[in-house]
Amino acid sequence: MRFEKLWAGAAVAMALGAGAAGAAEADGHAVPWQMGLQPGVTPVAEYIHWFHNYLLLPIITIITLFVLGLLIYVMVKFNAKANPVPSKTTHNTLVEVLWTVIPIIILVVIAIPSFRLLYLQRDVPQGDMTIKVIGNPSWNWTYEYPDLGTNDDGSAKVSFTAYLKPKDKLEANDTWLLSTDVPVVVPVNKVVRLHVTSDPEGIIHAWTIPAFGMKIDAIPGRLNEDWFQATKEGVYYGQCSELCGKDHAFMPIEVHVVSQADFDAWAEKIKTAGADEARSFLMARLKAQGQVAQK
Amino acid sequence: MAHAATAHDDHGHPTGWRRYVYSTNHKDIGTMYLWFAIFAGIIGGILSIMMRIELAEPGIQIFHGLAAMVYGGEADASIDAGKHMFNVFVTAHGLLMIFFMVMPAMIGGYGNWFVPLMIGAPDMAFPRMNNISFWLLPPALGLLLISMFVEGPAGAHGVGGGWTIYPPLSTTGQPGPAMDFAILSIHIAGASSILGAINFITTIFNMRAPGMTLHKMPLFVWSILVTVFLLLLSLPVLAGAITMLLTDRNFGTSFFVASKGGDPVLFQHLFWFFGHPEVYILILPGFGIVSQIVSTFSRKPVFGYLGMAYAMVAIGVVGFVVWAHHMYTVGMDADTQAYFVAATMIIAVPTGVKIFSWIATMWGGSIEFRTPMLWAIGFIFLFTVGGVTGVVLANAGADRSLHDTYYVVAHFHYVLSLGAVFAIFGAWYYWFPKITGYMYSEAIGKAHFWIQFIGVNLIFFPQHFLGLAGMPRRYIDYPEVYAGWNMVSSIGSYISAFSVLIFLYGVFQAFARKQKAGDNPWGAGATTLEWTLSSPPPFHQFNTLPVIR
Repeated sequence: MRFEKLWAGAAVAMALGAGAAGAAEADGHAVPWQMGLQPGVTPVAEYIHWFHNYLLLPIITIITLFVLGLLIYVMVKFNAKANPVPSKTTHNTLVEVLWTVIPIIILVVIAIPSFRLLYLQRDVPQGDMTIKVIGNPSWNWTYEYPDLGTNDDGSAKVSFTAYLKPKDKLEANDTWLLSTDVPVVVPVNKVVRLHVTSDPEGIIHAWTIPAFGMKIDAIPGRLNEDWFQATKEGVYYGQCSELCGKDHAFMPIEVHVVSQADFDAWAEKIKTAGADEARSFLMARLKAQGQVAQK
Repeated sequence: MAHAATAHDDHGHPTGWRRYVYSTNHKDIGTMYLWFAIFAGIIGGILSIMMRIELAEPGIQIFHGLAAMVYGGEADASIDAGKHMFNVFVTAHGLLMIFFMVMPAMIGGYGNWFVPLMIGAPDMAFPRMNNISFWLLPPALGLLLISMFVEGPAGAHGVGGGWTIYPPLSTTGQPGPAMDFAILSIHIAGASSILGAINFITTIFNMRAPGMTLHKMPLFVWSILVTVFLLLLSLPVLAGAITMLLTDRNFGTSFFVASKGGDPVLFQHLFWFFGHPEVYILILPGFGIVSQIVSTFSRKPVFGYLGMAYAMVAIGVVGFVVWAHHMYTVGMDADTQAYFVAATMIIAVPTGVKIFSWIATMWGGSIEFRTPMLWAIGFIFLFTVGGVTGVVLANAGADRSLHDTYYVVAHFHYVLSLGAVFAIFGAWYYWFPKITGYMYSEAIGKAHFWIQFIGVNLIFFPQHFLGLAGMPRRYIDYPEVYAGWNMVSSIGSYISAFSVLIFLYGVFQAFARKQKAGDNPWGAGATTLEWTLSSPPPFHQFNTLPVIR
C-alpha cells in the first residue's frame, strides 16, 4: 500500500519536475513544487530577491557547472586508456595564482551588495507604527499595538494572542498550519517596527514572514528590533523558525496588509469589540470590497 | 629478516577478547573505532529514515504510533508524545552522526590505522591512552541512547532540543533527566576526543620516521594534524558550555537564565565557538583522504602539495573566527554581522584552492576509475555544491530568508552527508584491502556508489527548493504546498538506505570470499608507506624504522 503511494509519488515527481521551474508564484505563501523564493513585498525582500536570483544563484550555478565540466573533461581526457603515461607536473604558478585571485574577486563582487543589504535590514528606520511581538512558551504569539493607546497601567489597549487555527475551524481562504485564529493587521506602505521578545520564563522562538525578507529571534530577556514595509495588500504567512519544543511546527504567523482606511476601521473595532470581532469585521469589509473570495 | 620480524610480532600478543578490550595496538583500536562507527551510523541512519517516512506526506503519519509503541499508550492519545519524539530523533540523529559516526570513523578509525603507518611509526605515542580514548565512546553512546528512554519535558521522553541544545529549551524546557544524560554523553565523548587529539599531536610531532619532515608528510596526516588541533582547542569550550548548562539545570546557577541576569545567547556563542570548528573537524580528514585517493588513482603526486597542506591550516585557523554566522537572526549589531560575513566568505578561497588542486592532480594523470576514485570524484563535485550554497548562506542579508529553513539542511548535508560520508566510504574501499588483506568486489562497490549517489542527491537537492520556498527545518508537519519535494526527498532516503544494505553485503561478501589483495593492489600511484607493508600489516610494524629520502 505504502509502496504504491511512493511510486505514484515518484511518477508525479518526474512528470512535474520539468514543469516545476515555471510553477506559478503566489504572494504570502509557497505553491506546490515551488523552487525559488516567495515573491517579496518589502524593499528588503525585493533586494534579497535581486541579490539571490540575479547575483548569487547565477554565480554559484556557473561555478558548480565549471567544476563539473572540468571533472568531466579530466575524466575523458586523462583516463588510463586515453593517457597511459601520467605527467609529473605538480606546480604551475600561473594557475595557482589565478584560482586564488579570481575567487577573491568574485567574493568582493558578492560582498558589496551583501553589505548594502545587511545595513538596509539592520539600520531600522523611523517607524510609522510599532508592534510588540512576544513568543509564548505555550507555542503561540502575543501581539501588542502600543500606538493604538495605552491603559492606565501602561499596557497596550490593543493586545491579543494568535493561535494556530484548528483544522475544524478552517474557512475558505485559510491554510492548515499557516492560518491563525486572529491575524496581525498592518497598513500598507507604512514602516512597521517590531519589538520582538519572548516570555521571560519561556524559550526562544523566531518570528518571520518569508515574503517580507525578515526573520528575528524572540529571546527571553532581550528586546530585538526589526522592521518591514509591506508595499502590497494581501495575506502573508510565516512559521516559527527556531526549534522550541513539541509544537514548533504549530505556531504560525499570519499578517494582513490592508489599506490605511481598513486598518483604521479595524483598529477602532478591536478597541471596542475585541480581536475576534475585529477579525470578522475586517473580513466582511474586505469581502465587500471584493478583495477576499466569497465562501 | 622478514621471518624474524614476524616471529617477534607474534610474541605474546593477547588473543580473544583481551586483544580488544586491553588493546594498546593502534590497528586493533582503529578497527574497533570503525566497527563502532558503522554501528552508530546504522542507528543514526534508521532515525533519519523514520523522519523521512514521517515527512513523506503532510500530516503526522507514524510518530504518534511509534511513541505509543516505544513508550506505551494508545496511538491516538500519543500525538503530543509523537511530536516530541520527532524532535528527539532530530537531536539523536545529529549527535549520533557527528560524535559517534563521522568522528570515530575518520579520526579514531582511519586516523589510528594510517597516521602511524604513513609516518613510519611503530604505534601511537600513548598506546594506553589510545585504549581509553576508544573505550570512553561506548559508555558515551550508551548514555545518549538511554537519554531517549527517560523523561525529558514533563510527561515525555528524550532530548528534543536539537544537537545545538540551546537553552532555555534545554534547561527549563526539558527539566527531566534525559538532558543530563545527553550532556554527560557529550562530556565523555568530548573527553575521548581530547585524549585522542593529544595522542595524535604527540605522535605526529615526535614519531615520524627519519627523513619524514613535516613537509613530506602525506596530506592525510596533515589533515588529521589540523583536525586534532581544532579538537583540542574547541572541545574544552563546549565542555565549559555544557557544564554551565548542567549547573543551570541542577545547581541553581543562572549563566543562561534571562530572568536571573544570565543570557541564553551566551550559550549560542560558546556552542558555535566549538560548533563551527567542529564541522571542519568532520570534513578536514575527508580532504586528506580525497587527496590520497585522487593522487593514487591518477598515478600522479598531489598538485600543489604545500598549498594543499596550508589551505587546510588556513581553513582551520579562520574556522575559529566565523562562529556567529550561525546566529545572524539573534539580533546582533549590523557591524558585527558584517565582520562575520567577510570572515566567512574568506574561507571559500582556501577551499577553492583545494577543489582546483584536486582537479589539477587529475589533470595529465592516468586515471583509473576504481571504486575509491568514484567516491573521491563524487566528493569533489558534491562538496562543491555544498560549498557554494555555503557562500550564499554566509551573506547575512540572504541568510535572513534562509536561516533555519531546509536550505540550511540541504547545505550541511551536501558537505557532510555527501561530503564527509563519501570520503569515509572512499577511504573504506581504498584501505579495506590493506586493513583486512581481502579485496572487495568492484561490482558491489560500484553499485553501492551509484545507488547512494542517486539516493543522497534525491534526498538533499530538493531540500534547497523547500528552503527557498520557506519551509522551516525541524518540523514534524508542514503545509500541503511543500508535499511534492518532501515526497521526492523521502524516496531518495529509501534509495540511500538500500545502498547501505549493499555496502553491508559487500563487506560480508569480501570477508566470505577471502580473495587476497596483496601488499599494494593499487599499483604505482600508491606511494605512501602503508603500501610497503603486508596486507594486513604485521601486528607491530616498523621495528626497524624506514628511512625517507
